[in-house]
Amino acid sequence: MSHTNDDGSKPEDGPFGTTSSYSTTRSDRTRQALDEFVLTPFSIIWSDVRARLGFLIIVCYLLLGTVGVALVHSPQPNETERMLAPLQLLQYPLGADALGRGIFAQLVHSTPAMLQIMLSGGLWVITVGTTLGMIAGYKGGKLDTAIMFTSDTVMMLPGLPLLILVVTILQPKSPIVLGFILSLTGWAGLARAIRSEILSLREANYVEASRIMGLDTGYILKNDLLPNIMPYVLINLVNSMKGMIFASMGLYFLGVLPFTNLNWGIMLNNAYQQSGALYTWEAAHWLLAPMLTVMILAFGLVMFAQGCDRLFNPRVRARHEKRTTTEESNTEDSPTVMESNY
Amino acid sequence: MNTRYLVKRALYALATIYVAVSLTFFLIRLLPGGPKTYIKNKLMKSQTSMSVEEINNLAAAYTNVYPDQPLHMQYLSYMTSAVQGDFGTSVWFGEPVSQVIWRAMPWTLFLSTTTLFLGLVIGIVVGGLMAYNEGGRFDIGMTTYTLISGSIPYYMLAILLIYVFGFMWGVFPTSGAYASGVEPGFNLPFMMSVAYHATLPITSMVLVAFGGTALGLRSNAISELGADYIRAARIRALPQHRIALRYVARNAILPMYTGIMMGIASVFGGSIILEQIFGYQGVGYIMFKATMSRDYPLMMGSFILVTVATVVGIFIADVTYGMVDPRIEAGGEGRESY
Repeated sequence: MSHTNDDGSKPEDGPFGTTSSYSTTRSDRTRQALDEFVLTPFSIIWSDVRARLGFLIIVCYLLLGTVGVALVHSPQPNETERMLAPLQLLQYPLGADALGRGIFAQLVHSTPAMLQIMLSGGLWVITVGTTLGMIAGYKGGKLDTAIMFTSDTVMMLPGLPLLILVVTILQPKSPIVLGFILSLTGWAGLARAIRSEILSLREANYVEASRIMGLDTGYILKNDLLPNIMPYVLINLVNSMKGMIFASMGLYFLGVLPFTNLNWGIMLNNAYQQSGALYTWEAAHWLLAPMLTVMILAFGLVMFAQGCDRLFNPRVRARHEKRTTTEESNTEDSPTVMESNY
Repeated sequence: MNTRYLVKRALYALATIYVAVSLTFFLIRLLPGGPKTYIKNKLMKSQTSMSVEEINNLAAAYTNVYPDQPLHMQYLSYMTSAVQGDFGTSVWFGEPVSQVIWRAMPWTLFLSTTTLFLGLVIGIVVGGLMAYNEGGRFDIGMTTYTLISGSIPYYMLAILLIYVFGFMWGVFPTSGAYASGVEPGFNLPFMMSVAYHATLPITSMVLVAFGGTALGLRSNAISELGADYIRAARIRALPQHRIALRYVARNAILPMYTGIMMGIASVFGGSIILEQIFGYQGVGYIMFKATMSRDYPLMMGSFILVTVATVVGIFIADVTYGMVDPRIEAGGEGRESY
């Protein structure tokens, strides 16, 4: 240890190398972060047709759920002709239901609740599934056995009947609580998948190095392992959001949830239960409108998840960086290879 | 076969059933304003002449939960009666829960096993063809199909099918499991009628379900096709069908086994919405009816029995997996724990 710090102006060297002699300013860092977390992902998403389509669809629904609610007035019974056919009146582009409520307005005013269910359910599934899966895979031993035993048990429970049971007894009114309940069984499969990803990562050299340096488990999980499985986690987030929409719509359609606010599932239930609606073609628009709304959103999510694959593909990312820094414009090698999906 | 593996899976199966039964007990017992209060209120309204004590006793007889005992004793007596197949009495039907469900169970089993089987076979065949035609027109067409079918929940397809084919065109029946005129039993008209009534429910689920299997098999088969042992088999001039079936198919299907087993759980679960839409009198239909009329003993009982059916299905799949795949791990691979 011969630290010759005689001149005083030289920054002190750490045990692992020389400390950088110049520092980045705050604006530099902001710009870098902006480039890394916003601009690069965005332009990669934009360069892939599927991801672009999915992204646009999702943005449309977000706008519908925020701006749309403010612009379109909330639907009232008897505001127009009953069972008005679509494309007749400009004010009611999708026609009206048997109570004379505008269908388009109903769709728009259902969006916020559906988005909340989707987000809250998806985030719960991801948080619980990833945390437990990572701990089980990394720690091993008794903890691993216990977590896997729990998740295997949960996976074997029939999901929908369990949800119906819990939901009937608890009668959740808030969309966020409903999302939480829907995530009760969804985490188990993800935890299992994450665990097997971690099993192959835990023996990697850099993880071994962190362990030898005595870094605590939380740090290793967060900084060494999590970034590696992030793509997988995000794709699962999008997929479980789709699952949340399907499950909540199914439950609302069955009518086991309290009908507190407007909702696509309730619309479908109304159209289906309405006596005689199923016997005429006149009610087709009423039945189809909520279905198509959900299908388009689900399609957007599926497309986005597929395109997200590229976002985390280091080769695509590197090519993008090369292009933005050196302004090369050789785009002939843009990949058209089909990525295998998970 | 590996006995240790079997024992482990059997323990998992028992644990799941135990969890399901305990869950129903705690839902009945602990929730304020839950099933017990509901049944009591209902009895109080209908039978005003009874004393509070009598009503308490009757509510206890319905649910098998006796509130005057200490909690662990209640739990014990609830569990023992459940093990003996006694899930209380249905408020709606006025007969034992197990009897109601026993009548409905065969229909759900028929519907879900057929769905599962068809979904798998179609998925595997289509996925295999896609892999062999990689990049071809069939591959691209089916990939598009799976993307779209993945965005449609099965119950929406069911509603569409019953609306168009059942109500509007009248090609298929809109409710029931068989026509009212035929004699149930082992005869041709009855079986034809059953198949006819099951067509729409099965179609709606299979059309949506096989896409995922096909995609999974496609990517597995493509990576197997590039493997060295396949090239070796080709060099040895083995017949094409032998390579396809014995080499590629086997290795491509095996990794999907866990997913298939999970499919059993989702098919059983999905029967609730499906049977409700098609008025098909299976366990799902019964459970929904129980839910709507707040017939808690029947709800809990059907949940337990659907769980048991699922668990048994998964257990059977597990056991057969051990027969087809010799590489089953014995568990506890001796990894270091940190």
